[in-house]
Amino acid sequence: MARKRMIPAINEALVEEMSRDPKVIVYGEDVELAIMGDTRGLLDKFGRDRIRNTPICEATLTGMAVGAAAAGCRVVVHMMFSNFLYTGFDAIANQMAKLRLMTGGQAVMPITVIASYGGGGSNAAQHSDSGYPALVNLGGVNVVMPATPADAKGLLKTAIRGNNPTFFMEAGGRGGEMGEVPDGDYTVPFGKAATVREGKDVTIIAFGSMLKPAVEAAKKLESSGIEAELIDPRTLVPLDEEALVAAARKTGRVVIVDEARDRCSVASHIAAVLADKAFGSLKAPVKRVTVPNVCMPYAPNAEKRMIPDADRIARVATETARA
Amino acid sequence: MPTTEPTKDQLLALYERMLLIRRMEERLRADAAAGNLPGAVHLYIGQEAIATGVCARLRDTDLITSTHRGHGHFLAKGGDPKAMMAEIWAKRTGICKGMGGSMHVADFSKGILGANGIVGGGFAIATGAALAIKLTHDTRVSVAFFGDGAANQGVFMECLNVSSLWKLPLVFVCEHNQFSEFTPSVDITSGDIADRARAFKIPTTVVDGNDVVAVWQAAGEAIERARSGDGPCFIQAHTYRIQGHLEAEDLFLAGGKYREKQEIDEWRKRDPVERQKQRLLAAGVRPDDLQAMDARIARTVEQAVQFAQESEPADPELAFDLMFVGQKA
Ligand SMILES: Cc1ncc(C[n+]2csc(CCOP(=O)(O)OP(=O)(O)O)c2C)c(N)n1
Repeated sequence: MARKRMIPAINEALVEEMSRDPKVIVYGEDVELAIMGDTRGLLDKFGRDRIRNTPICEATLTGMAVGAAAAGCRVVVHMMFSNFLYTGFDAIANQMAKLRLMTGGQAVMPITVIASYGGGGSNAAQHSDSGYPALVNLGGVNVVMPATPADAKGLLKTAIRGNNPTFFMEAGGRGGEMGEVPDGDYTVPFGKAATVREGKDVTIIAFGSMLKPAVEAAKKLESSGIEAELIDPRTLVPLDEEALVAAARKTGRVVIVDEARDRCSVASHIAAVLADKAFGSLKAPVKRVTVPNVCMPYAPNAEKRMIPDADRIARVATETARA
Repeated sequence: MPTTEPTKDQLLALYERMLLIRRMEERLRADAAAGNLPGAVHLYIGQEAIATGVCARLRDTDLITSTHRGHGHFLAKGGDPKAMMAEIWAKRTGICKGMGGSMHVADFSKGILGANGIVGGGFAIATGAALAIKLTHDTRVSVAFFGDGAANQGVFMECLNVSSLWKLPLVFVCEHNQFSEFTPSVDITSGDIADRARAFKIPTTVVDGNDVVAVWQAAGEAIERARSGDGPCFIQAHTYRIQGHLEAEDLFLAGGKYREKQEIDEWRKRDPVERQKQRLLAAGVRPDDLQAMDARIARTVEQAVQFAQESEPADPELAFDLMFVGQKA
C-alpha cells in the first residue's frame, strides 16, 4: 500500500497496461504533454506508435476507436472534458453502443474512453457537465465512476483488459484526492458495489465525485447520533442492483447523491430500481441529492449553490433518517 | 479591387482599439496571476490586429461568432469593457450576469453572438446567421472567428461547403496562431488551411495578422463581397499566441515544454500594437497624443476593474430564470 493521488494512480494503470499488452494504444488531444495530467510520461516510455496527439476532431476520435478495435487494437481514447463527448457523440451512440448487437455479436470493441466531468472549477456550462446519464441510457456501453485512487487504478485496468466499450469518468477538480493504493497488479471488477461504511439508520448511495462529500456528511450525522450506511456502486453499467437493494432494505431509508442534473439522473434511475425491488422495506421516500435542472453557472457562488455538498447531503439524510 | 488606404483618423481608431484590448488583457493577466479571477482565462495578447481590423469594417448590426479566446472580439465589436470585466469577475453586473465568464462573453445587442467553450462551436452558428440574413434579404453579414486548431473540426468543412453552395454572406477569419493548446499546429494539420476554403471555391486571402492595416484591407474587401451577395470569403491571418494557452499554463505543463522562449521573443518584435504605433509616429502623429490616448485607456481599464470589484456577486437563483424564456427551470 502507498498513499497516492487519483491522477498518478490512473497514470500507473495506463503505464502498466501498455507495458503488459503491446496492442494497447492511447490517443487524444494534447495527451503527449498531458493537459489533464493522467497521460504524462507515456510518450517517453512508449513512443508515438503507442500514444499520440490528435487534431481537434472528436467526431473522428470516437469513430476511429471503433475501427481501430476492429483492426485489432485495444484503444484508449482521451476526450479531455466530458462535454467533448457531445462533439464525439455520434460514433458513441450510433456505432460503439450498437455495433455488437447489429452485427449479430461479431463486433468486439475493447475501447476505453476517458473523460473528466463535473463542476467546481468555474469553467462554466460547456466544461462542467456530468454527462454520464446519457451514456448510461445508451445501453451498449459500460460506465465506471471511480471515487478513490485505488478504484480508479483497478477499474481502469479492468476497462482496458475488457472487450466492451467502457467510459471511465474522471472526477474533475477532485483528481487530487489522496488514498491508499495496493502495490502490484490488481483489478477492480465491474458491477461490484463497495460498502464504504456500515450504519443502521440511513443508507447513502454515492459515487464518483460525490463520495467525498458523502463521507463528510456521514461524519456530521454521527455527531447527531445518526449512523449512516454508505455504499458506492463504483460502476453504473453494470450496476450492482443486488447490493443497492440489500443496503436499502437494511435501513429502509435511502438518500442517493449524484452530480448529474436531477431529471433522468442516475440517482433517479437507482430510486426507480429501489421503488421496484425494495418497496416493502422502505420506511421513507427515497431522496435524491443532485444538481438542479440548470446548466452549471460560471460564478463560484452560483456553482456552489448547484453542486451537492456535505451540508446538503447531511440535511437530507437527517430528514430521511427521522422521517 | 483597388486596395483602400485608411485615413489618419482610421489609423488612430485602429490603434486605439488594439491598445484597449491589449491593456484590458494585461490587466486580466495580472489579476489572473493574483488569483482574483475564477476559472480559465485565455488571453488575446499578440492577436489584437485581427479582431480590430475585421470589426472596424463591420456595422453594429453585423454578427460575429468568437472563440474561447474571445475578449478581443468582444471589445473590437463594441462590447462594453465594464460589462466584460464584471463578467470575468463573476459579478451580476457582468454582460452575462456572471453565468458565462471569460469563455462566454456575449452581447447580442452588439451582434456579438458569443465567445465559445466548444472549439469549432461558432462555425455553424455563424453559418446559420448568414443563412437567415440571406433568406430575409437583409444586408448584414456574419463573421466566424476561429483558430487553426478549430479548422480541423469536420464542421468547418461542412460550413465551407454549405456557405459556398448557397452563397451566404459569411466571412471566415482563421487566426493562425500556430498552436492548439500545447500542440504545434504543424503536428496535427495536413496542408494549408486556406486550401480547404479554396477547394470549395471560396475567395481566400492570406494576410499578416500582426499588421492591422493589412487585416483591415483584406476584411474590407471580403465583407463587401459577402454583403453584396456574392457568397462567403475566407481570410487566413498569420499571427502568434504570445501568452500561454491559458493563464497559469505552467501548472498544467508540469515542466513540459512545447515551444522555445526564443520563438516568443522573435514574435514580440512583430508586436501588432507597437507596429501600428510606429506607423502613426511615421505619419506624423505626436507622441504626446499617443501618450494621452494610453492614459485615457488606462483610466477606462481602471474604471472597468473598479466597477467589477464593487459589483455584487452573481445571483445563483437567477440561473433558474435564465434557462428558458418565460419558463422557470
Ligand atoms: C470541442 C472541444 N474540443 C477540445 C477543447 C479543448 N480546447 C480548448 S482550446 C483548444 C485549442 C484550440 O486551438 P485553436 O482553435 O487554434 O485556438 P487558440 O487556442 O490557438 O486560440 C482545445 C483543444 C474544447 N474546448 N472544445
